[in-house]
Amino acid sequence: MLGIIQNYWGMLLLSLGQTLLLTLLSLIFAFVIGLVFGIMNVTKVRVLNFIATVYVDGIRGVPLIVLAYFTYFGVPMFIRSLGFSGFRLTALTAGTIALSMNAGAYMAEIFRAGIQSVDKGQMEAARSLGLGYGKAMQKVVLPQAIRTMIPSIINQFIISLKDTSILSVIGFPELTKAGNIIVAVNFDVFGVWAIVALIYMVVIVTLSRIAKVIERKVNVGNER
Amino acid sequence: MSEMKDDTKILVKNLKKNFGKLEVLRDINTEIKTGEVVVLLGPSGSGKSTFLRCLNRLEDITSGDVYINGVNVAEKKVNLNAVRQNIGMVFQHFNLFPHMTVLDNITLAPVELKKMTKEEAKEKGMALLKRVGLDEKAEAYPPQLSGGQKQRVAIARALAMNPDIMLFDEPTSALDPEMVGEVLSVMKELAHDGMTMVCVTHEIGFAREVATRVIFMDGGYIVEEGTPDEVILHPQNPRTIDFLNKVL
Repeated sequence: MLGIIQNYWGMLLLSLGQTLLLTLLSLIFAFVIGLVFGIMNVTKVRVLNFIATVYVDGIRGVPLIVLAYFTYFGVPMFIRSLGFSGFRLTALTAGTIALSMNAGAYMAEIFRAGIQSVDKGQMEAARSLGLGYGKAMQKVVLPQAIRTMIPSIINQFIISLKDTSILSVIGFPELTKAGNIIVAVNFDVFGVWAIVALIYMVVIVTLSRIAKVIERKVNVGNER
Repeated sequence: MSEMKDDTKILVKNLKKNFGKLEVLRDINTEIKTGEVVVLLGPSGSGKSTFLRCLNRLEDITSGDVYINGVNVAEKKVNLNAVRQNIGMVFQHFNLFPHMTVLDNITLAPVELKKMTKEEAKEKGMALLKRVGLDEKAEAYPPQLSGGQKQRVAIARALAMNPDIMLFDEPTSALDPEMVGEVLSVMKELAHDGMTMVCVTHEIGFAREVATRVIFMDGGYIVEEGTPDEVILHPQNPRTIDFLNKVL
């Protein structure tokens, strides 16, 4: 096993970087998607509720691997058939889109629950002062909602990080893909996958520890 | 005649409010003039809180008209935010923003709505806190305050936009008994300063002492209204008599 690390540490590190890059990019987009659809879901406007529900149910009803195939192979093919003959998506772009949409659906639910956990008197008090819906949301409701959402957001971060491994199927050079490539060369199936698993574990445990510290800090602020 | 019209702050005509099939307000008509202190009395479920919440349209209005300074808030296209800036509201459960300091609670609306600069709002906020006796709590967070202090901050917050009408929705109902007095005395002061006030409260003593008019509601109607003397000491309607017998 030490031999694997000696021979392939550069590749493993590089692919871990790609894994983290994809996770981070996707979560940033997922946060925005979640915010938009989460708010759409809690407004009193029926059409917006409907659109948000369709998005969340639709995306959650499709396995990530299917979504990845669809965005990487399906969508470019369709666009090429419309006459844009050179159209292609890189594995990073397609992977980010697929993972963002997937995590975005879950984030929308996290936002919805977070917003609904804030007492509705808060929105009423803000509106009674003459603040508009958006301002009241931004200044009063969301800051309180996000505090309660932090554990769920961290959880989603961890899930999405692990989900990046699924995107090895579209050839994105992340950690699991690197594992595949190394196994194909040295046939040490046990050693390689043990090391890959260990790397995931170390990264995730470290991240969740850091997240716990952040969570505690935010909560201390809350108790003041 | 024209003088009377200018005097009208709130005019309510045939106000109806349904929650689904439940008719909470059936036909409310009244007129409230500048500087009046109106106390709404009535058993729970009589619609008094709903009536209050229709005045700044925190509840959508099923039918009828509610004019605030001549603007009909029942109309769909009305600029509600502008109307609400003129109506302060105080809630039973305070509804202070727990993630902001006391002073930030007060300055939020004037600053965000660009009514004042940050400095002006702070100055005004401190003056209001002084008025309710809490200037030393400016940098505290709401969870650190007692119930009575919270409600006094809530009143200061509602006053920050310089409203000319104040609505109180059972402002002392969630307070420990020993804290009711401090909140009522702030309200009394407001009343003496000429603020137009509409209060839902169970404090009969406050109604007798401060109210210029008492409205008794039951079953979604105004059953009886008049001076505190008339309604509280010499009620005519059997439902009013029955209610007062229970609470006095």
